[in-house]
Amino acid sequence: MAKILGGLTTSHIPAVGNAIHNGLFDDPYWKPFFDGYPPIRAWLDEHKPDLAINIYNDHGLGFFLDRMPTFAIGAAHEYRNEDEGWGIPQLPPFPGAPEVSWHIIESMVEQEFDITSCQELPVDHGFVVPMQLFWPGAPNNPDMPRTIPISANTVQHPIPTLKRALDFGKALRRAIQSYPEDLKVVVLGTGGLSHQLDGERAGFINKEFDQYCMEKIVDDPEALTKISRMELVEKAGAQGTEFLMWMMMRGALGDKVVRRHSNYHIPISNTGAGTMLLECVE
Amino acid sequence: MDITEFDHHSPIPGTTIFDGKMAMKGYALNKMCYSFNGAAARAQYLADPEAYMEKFGLNDEQKQACRDKDVLAMIAAGGNIYYLAKFAGIYRLDVQDIGAQQTGMTKEEFKEKLRKAGD
Ligand SMILES: [Fe+2]
Repeated sequence: MAKILGGLTTSHIPAVGNAIHNGLFDDPYWKPFFDGYPPIRAWLDEHKPDLAINIYNDHGLGFFLDRMPTFAIGAAHEYRNEDEGWGIPQLPPFPGAPEVSWHIIESMVEQEFDITSCQELPVDHGFVVPMQLFWPGAPNNPDMPRTIPISANTVQHPIPTLKRALDFGKALRRAIQSYPEDLKVVVLGTGGLSHQLDGERAGFINKEFDQYCMEKIVDDPEALTKISRMELVEKAGAQGTEFLMWMMMRGALGDKVVRRHSNYHIPISNTGAGTMLLECVE
Repeated sequence: MDITEFDHHSPIPGTTIFDGKMAMKGYALNKMCYSFNGAAARAQYLADPEAYMEKFGLNDEQKQACRDKDVLAMIAAGGNIYYLAKFAGIYRLDVQDIGAQQTGMTKEEFKEKLRKAGD
């Protein structure tokens, strides 16, 4: 049977991709951020997951406003990182796990989550940057697990509620655990934390709220479901709504988790950057 | 079509909620910006912006905002920041450039504001 080992969270800022490309790991601006990752890599090295479910939000590469899925699940053999407008160097494709994707899709719809299945899905920085942070050299890292991307809409309101995101994760947990083959699975929740790119309030970052979210998501994610979506926009910034991905990830980990590692740093680009490793307790 | 009766968002200062109303308003502009994922489209725009905007059916407000590279005006005209970021990319503007522009600061002042959020 498939088993969920734990959850990894990280911000997925495009500038991080450039910093990795340029090797700025010891640069004074970047060091406090990159220093948050070696303990998580050590844990991955010890546990060597077979599958990484990468919950991210597309930023206008995979989907446009003509057809905007609220929840989309990749079901492809591989996922390509295509040009998203800035001409940054693209990576080789990430290997998928379509047979597991279809199992998850069947189970999610059975559990009444009506999702969109994607046999082709170009993936942007929201998916790629976390992979590069956790598996340096990705996808060419020898320990690179196969992957399934799951994207939730944060581009256009109405976006899902925090409760729905957590419930999605809970259903995803049942879907993964019912997969009949032995598989070690990690679930990534990427995006956030507080940031706002648009409007006169551009540059808004809310340290106190980010820290509250990082605290509550460990032992009391239900408390976070009391936050309304407009309250989330107000307190986390217009793009801080990406915290929904963390809620989805958390739902997939079960009731009790142990926080193995946590890092928070302001600013990376325009964002409060948070990283966590939460280990499942059986 | 007037859909103001469905506007249930209480205002957050300096923040536009990109909902169905804005999505309808900005569709042509956002569709053009979405095309900028491709390098050929970016080159085509730079070669003849007016023809490219016409092809996507931008209205006058949207065209002028693009000519001025005025992000606040693009948002007011229905632009969504995720797509506008691709427009900014054509001119090699990053999120601090457009943050500074929208808040009326220099880029250095804007970066300082970001740093201070960590105190
Ligand atoms: Fe993002």
